[in-house]
Amino acid sequence: MKIAIASGKGGTGKTTIAVNLAASYARMGRRVQYLDCDVEEPNGHIFLKPKIDLSQIVTVDVPQVDLKKCTGCGKCSEICQYSAIVHLKENNVLTFEQLCHSCGGCLRVCPADAIKQKPLNIGDIEFGKTGEIDFIGGKLYIGYVRTVSLIKEVKRHIRQDSLAIIDVPPGTSCPVVEAVKGVDFVLLVTEPTPFGLNDLKIAVGLVREMNLPFAVIINRYGIGDDEVEKYCKTENIEIALKLPDDRRIAEAYSVGKMIVDVLPEYKKDFSGLYESVSQRLKG
Amino acid sequence: MKIAITSTGQTLDSLVDERFGRAAYFSIVDTETMDFSVIENENVAAAGGAGISSARAVIDTGAEAVLTGNCGPNAERALSAAGVKLYTGVTGTVSEALELFRNGKLTEADGPNVQSHFGTGN
Repeated sequence: MKIAIASGKGGTGKTTIAVNLAASYARMGRRVQYLDCDVEEPNGHIFLKPKIDLSQIVTVDVPQVDLKKCTGCGKCSEICQYSAIVHLKENNVLTFEQLCHSCGGCLRVCPADAIKQKPLNIGDIEFGKTGEIDFIGGKLYIGYVRTVSLIKEVKRHIRQDSLAIIDVPPGTSCPVVEAVKGVDFVLLVTEPTPFGLNDLKIAVGLVREMNLPFAVIINRYGIGDDEVEKYCKTENIEIALKLPDDRRIAEAYSVGKMIVDVLPEYKKDFSGLYESVSQRLKG
Repeated sequence: MKIAITSTGQTLDSLVDERFGRAAYFSIVDTETMDFSVIENENVAAAGGAGISSARAVIDTGAEAVLTGNCGPNAERALSAAGVKLYTGVTGTVSEALELFRNGKLTEADGPNVQSHFGTGN
């Protein structure tokens, strides 16, 4: 089973939920994978503290121009929507590799066969273990825009025999779509504030459009107002968990500790969370 | 020689646009004949790569120098590959910038003076 932990608004507690859910399930003696797909700002490793056994470089194809063959027609420059390949006067062609989206358009339109592909390193995937959890974390290099390509690569390592917990980037843009694509269930983490509600509505629109079953988790319950709860009721959305605004949770977070390790009274919330998701999927 | 000055409007009294890639206009002036023309910058709202596309537009006009406020690394690389001289930190009106240039009061930039996306404005 694949469960994605997503949110509209950033900083609502996706990673907190994801790592604690992974840890509590693993402690029941089950196989769990934690996949950090928040590749622009991964932070799951801070809490899981995995021992990394292997690191793999992820590459994408970018153009390489043979200026001896180039006739200076400028067609590559015209087709590229990202200015990743630019023709400047005669046969002077520059490439801006980090802007390339690997569409291959420039290769196809070049009448002189002057463009070939070469690999460009865009990020790393780290593999490790933390207790019984298999850790797989994507890390996009700074300045690169190929978030989606890297997320796709991280998700290739999902195993059928494990519960896969996917830590999704915040927002509702392409990286989020890629991260939640094909999962069995999405948990949308929000906070009970006008900002949380606003972004939750956008996220609900996204998962409904993608026909993904989902439920809401309200983190820092007790702050703000009750508009998120009212919205969920009106929209007939299940609230799978309300995690209270507890200073001790924030203190644990600030030193990289997991709730299930330091605050045992919350253990049942996380084990119950998995149960309710699997019950819902069966029913 | 022809020079390009990023401008917020279409006259010599318009202010120099501090952004290069997302400048509103490029004022093109021939410093010998003082011929003056203006091109609208199509890349103002480009999703990405505005600096590079703007560099290409300026190069296509035949300009040999660019006077602007800020220029990022990608645009700077394109301009320099085409042999276009870059002057950053230019303020005031287009005609004031032109006078400073003609009197040799401007110093050529030795590289980009801002990071990518500096002028995106969001």
